[in-house]
Parts: sequence; structure tokens; C-alpha cells
Amino acid sequence: MSLRQKTLDLKKRMSGAVQGGGVKAIEKQLSMGKLTARERILALLDPNSFHEYDLFVEHAGKDFDMDKKYLPGDGVVTGTGTINGYPICIYAQDFTVAGGSLGYMHAKKITKIMDHAMKLKVPLIGINDSGGARIQEGVNSLAGYGEIFFRNTLASGVIPQISVILGPCAGGAVYSPALTDFVFMVDKISKMFITGPEVIKTVLGEEISMEDLGGAAVHSEITGNAHFFAESESECFEQIKQLVSYIPWNNTKKAEPFPVKQPKSKLYKIEDIFPNDAKQPYDVRHIIKAICDDSEFFEVQERFAANIVIGFARISGQSVGFVANQPMVLAGVLDVDSSDKAARFIRFCDAFNIPLVTLVDLPGYLPGIDQEHAGVIRHGAKVLYSYSEATVPKITVILRKAYGGGYIAMCSNHLRADFVLAWPTAEIAVMGPEGAANIIFRSEIMEAENPDEVRKKKIQEYKEKFANPYVAAAYGYVDAVIEPEETRRFIIHALDISSQKDEKRPEKKHGVPPF
Amino acid sequence: MEEPKTNTPESVKYEMFEVYEGAKFKTLLTRKHRERKAWTPENPAMVTSFIPGTIRKVFVKDGQKVKAGDKLLILEAMKMLNELSAAVSGTVKTIHVKTGQVVSKNQLLVELNAEAEKKDNKKDGKKKKK
Repeated sequence: MSLRQKTLDLKKRMSGAVQGGGVKAIEKQLSMGKLTARERILALLDPNSFHEYDLFVEHAGKDFDMDKKYLPGDGVVTGTGTINGYPICIYAQDFTVAGGSLGYMHAKKITKIMDHAMKLKVPLIGINDSGGARIQEGVNSLAGYGEIFFRNTLASGVIPQISVILGPCAGGAVYSPALTDFVFMVDKISKMFITGPEVIKTVLGEEISMEDLGGAAVHSEITGNAHFFAESESECFEQIKQLVSYIPWNNTKKAEPFPVKQPKSKLYKIEDIFPNDAKQPYDVRHIIKAICDDSEFFEVQERFAANIVIGFARISGQSVGFVANQPMVLAGVLDVDSSDKAARFIRFCDAFNIPLVTLVDLPGYLPGIDQEHAGVIRHGAKVLYSYSEATVPKITVILRKAYGGGYIAMCSNHLRADFVLAWPTAEIAVMGPEGAANIIFRSEIMEAENPDEVRKKKIQEYKEKFANPYVAAAYGYVDAVIEPEETRRFIIHALDISSQKDEKRPEKKHGVPPF
Repeated sequence: MEEPKTNTPESVKYEMFEVYEGAKFKTLLTRKHRERKAWTPENPAMVTSFIPGTIRKVFVKDGQKVKAGDKLLILEAMKMLNELSAAVSGTVKTIHVKTGQVVSKNQLLVELNAEAEKKDNKKDGKKKKK
């Protein structure tokens, strides 16, 4: 054969392999509002940047007549490419080929691109759309999952790992996304569960739809397994592109700087957003927007445990992670879910050299039987652990209430915040005035002729004396009390001056955080 | 053109939320917080399923006397046959399930009429100590 003939032969082979599961299967995929694996990759990556690996890999099934079947690419597309010029490794399971089921070679392709990402030190994106293990390949498909989980774990904190659920992801398969840093889900398309509705019905007699059991809404709001919720695949890809712009290639780098932009000060004015009355709610995201570049805040886990807000923004062009109590939801308390949510985010930022900005306004940890029994002690401890462990620049701004354990947990001076700033409205005290007055002046209140009146008076007295930033400032626990409008300037200065921060923690194999 | 943000958007319906005694805040409640289950103390005379599964065998009959530790029924779940026994002595008041029935978690299976505890013994104990 001449070179020309051989090239034609190659082209023929390629066009055979890229057809996936064939016209019918592709039509079915599209009718569900889903793109095919290759279309997804092309939609996400920069034009002409995708370079596919292992197109000609064939499956290794021998039993149940599998050896007579041809599964193009063994049901998964892998390769490298760029997103806004930012290099990444990617794989996308192809549901049109044997339901995207995971067999030995399918897993081999995934682990190969994972190893590649680790070697090249670039982020890994996995698009999941699979019926699960390929039963015909038996224990080999289990081995495949295990090899993926092991690599997810080793890659954790080394390269950013992003999971995109665009179809079913059931059984053991869910643990790869669970081990990665960010999980993206799309309404009515994504489904994640350990055991599906059918098994639940036959074994347990409980009826539930896939959507109610493990759809995007459930995982975004109830379980917290998903970090991003989108209405469509294209919205989901836009979210991924945005996320990638805030994070570095790997744990030895910083996120790429962007041109500095001023906040939209006409829209977001602290004076207008922040209420005078300490018991009035406000949306802390507006305060974040009043501080950050271009008032652009990219929120993570928006629907889950909304009493704490986490997400990325830029200040003076530099990517930062915001952690902020949200007075608008559950008064901004720390509870089981919000502690869990914040702690994981803090650890991500610390692992990937993203400075942390913490905005404090909370009445404390949430009391209650349900919270105590759900383990608010060990979950709450995660916040303390992750803030103490973090060595990235840590800047804390106390806006209003900072009481008790909540004060300590929200990146206080004692957990080694580098800069603790307080607004004049800050109330830093061992506990809220109501509780404190009841304890300190108990006998006075009890013995009074009019206990309610005395209680009110004592609460007021306590408030005036202790509900301010100056007691803490007198001990040096607050570094500066600042005018709210000066917050951005102070944070920019803090970021600039700590750009070479180099703080060491004792050497150890690893800590034992209260998982 | 977007409206400037203030702290009192009229569209938001806030509720009062008492975090601890006297400390009430105007705020929104989450679906999860609303749907949380109230805690009830455990009643040892009410035998419930600790796991969803299938009833494989019922050992007792209505009105039967049982001692604490006596087998009541077998609940199969996750390929295991679990023996459920009485936590207190008494009589069987009502059996709510049949062999072969599929039960969900925390479903009431058997109600017992618990025997009044033998307080005399305790009193004796106290007397002895004195």
C-alpha cells in the first residue's frame, strides 16, 4: 500500500471508531437532551484543541460471547486539550456504546489519562455517563473502579479533579466523583446513587423516582454531593470554564492572575447593604460583591447549607476563596452541613494556594437535639481543623456577630489568621448578650420584682460593654478595626504583603481530621 | 440596569428564628431544617425495624408472655437473618406484621405490654445499703 492508501485506511478505521454506538443509539442519546461523549468534549474544550488518545482500544471481554462484539473505543473517549488556553486531561464515557459500561480496557483508558494528568500536572475532568460495571467482565470491572479510586485519592490535593455527571452514575461508580474536588450536575440528566429505585423497590418496598432519589436537585440541596447545578449541558460547560479560571494547574502553582477590575460600587454599596440593627438579615454575597473585582462572585454549593457561603472571586486580579456566614439563612449559624461544606472548601483552597478571605457574622453553632445527634461536634471540629491546618494567607473580616465557638472557628487569630480585621459593628464576645446576661446576672434577675425588665436592662448593659470589637482589639485578637468601606483596600494590602508567605506545619505522614 | 442592592428586598419573606433563648433573628429557613424530624425517646415496648427488610418468621402470638431477651421475629435484610428479641418482659399486645411482609426502616413490628418494673427489688436494694 502506498502512503496515500495507508492514510485512507487510517481514515476509514477512524471514522468507524468515532461512530460510537451507531445512529440509533446516538439518536436515543440526543432525544434525552444529552450530547454524545465527543460532542461534550468539543463543547467544553477550545476549538481544535482536543487530541484523542486510545481511539483504537478494544474491549477485553471473553465470556458470554463478548469476544464477538466490537465496542468502539470501549465506551470511553479520552484525551488532552485546553479550556481558555488552560491545559487539561479529560475523559468522557460514551453511553451509546454498551451503555457506557465500565470494563477492563475502558478502565485502563481512564487510568491512563489520569496517570497522564498526574505526570503533566494538569487538571483532570471526567464526564460520567455510564450504566455501571460491565457485568460480563466480572471482577475485572470491579478492579477497574478500584484502580480509578486509588488514583483519585493520590491525585487529591496535587491536581484539581472535576467530575461532571451527565447521565446515570450508579453503584460503585459514584465514588470516583465523590473523591474528586468538584461535582457538576445537570437537572433531569444527571443521576447519582448507590442503589437505584428498582433495587430499593424490590428489596425494601420503597418507591421513589430516579430524580427524587439522586437527581441534580437532591444532590445540590440535600446531600451536598454536587457542587454545581445547571439547567442544561451547555450551562454546565460554562460553569466548568468559569471554575477553571479561578484555580491553578496544580498544587505547586498559583491561579493565573487577571487584570484588576474595580467593584461595581454603584450596585454594591456596603452602607446600603449592611443593616443597622444587628438582628436584621442581609445577603452576605452582596458584601462579597462590594469587595471583589468587578463584583463577580463564583459561588460553590449555592443550594446546599446556604447558611454558609463559599466560592471564588478575584481581588486585585488574584483568585481568592471566600467563606462567609450568611445571616439571611438560618441566621448564619454553623451546623453539621455548613461546617462540612466550609471545611472541604478551606482544604481545597489551602491545597491549591488560593488565599482565604473569611467574613464573620454568626450567632454560633446551632443548638438542638437533631444537631447534637447528627454529630455537630465532629462536623463542627472540621472547620477548626481545616482553618488551623491551612497555611495559605488567611484574612478574616468580622462584620457583626462573632460569639463563642463560632468566633473561634471562623478563622480567628487563635487559628492563625494572618490578618483579623473588624468593622466597628463587630460584636466579639464569649456568647450572645441574651445568654451571657442570663448567666452572669442570674440571681439578680431571679430575685428582682420584675425579672423581665431587669433581664432586658442587663442584656443592654452587657451589649454596651462587650458587644463591640474593642475588647478583643485590646488583647490584640483583632489586628485592626476598620471602616467598612476600607475593607477592599485592607484585603488588597494583606494579599500583597503575604504573597511570599511561607508557614510550615510539623512534618507528619498525614493528620487525622474528624472526617 | 440592575437596581442597587439594599438589605431589605421586599420580595424576600423572612421568618423569626430563635437560635437560643432570647436570641431571635429574622432569617430564611432551609428545606432541610424544616423537614428535620423531632426526636422522641425510645420506647422499649415498641419493637421496630432497625433496617428495612422482609419478615421471615414470627415466633410469638398475641397475648403471649415474653421475657426480656426472648426471640420475637426474624427480619431478613441485606442477605442476613436478624433475630429481633424483646427488650423488656411483658405480654405481646399486637403483632403488626406477617411472615413474608416487606417492612421499611423504623416500622412498628410488635407492641408489648411491658410488665411494671419490680420496684420492690430496688427498694430492697436501698434498704440493704442503709
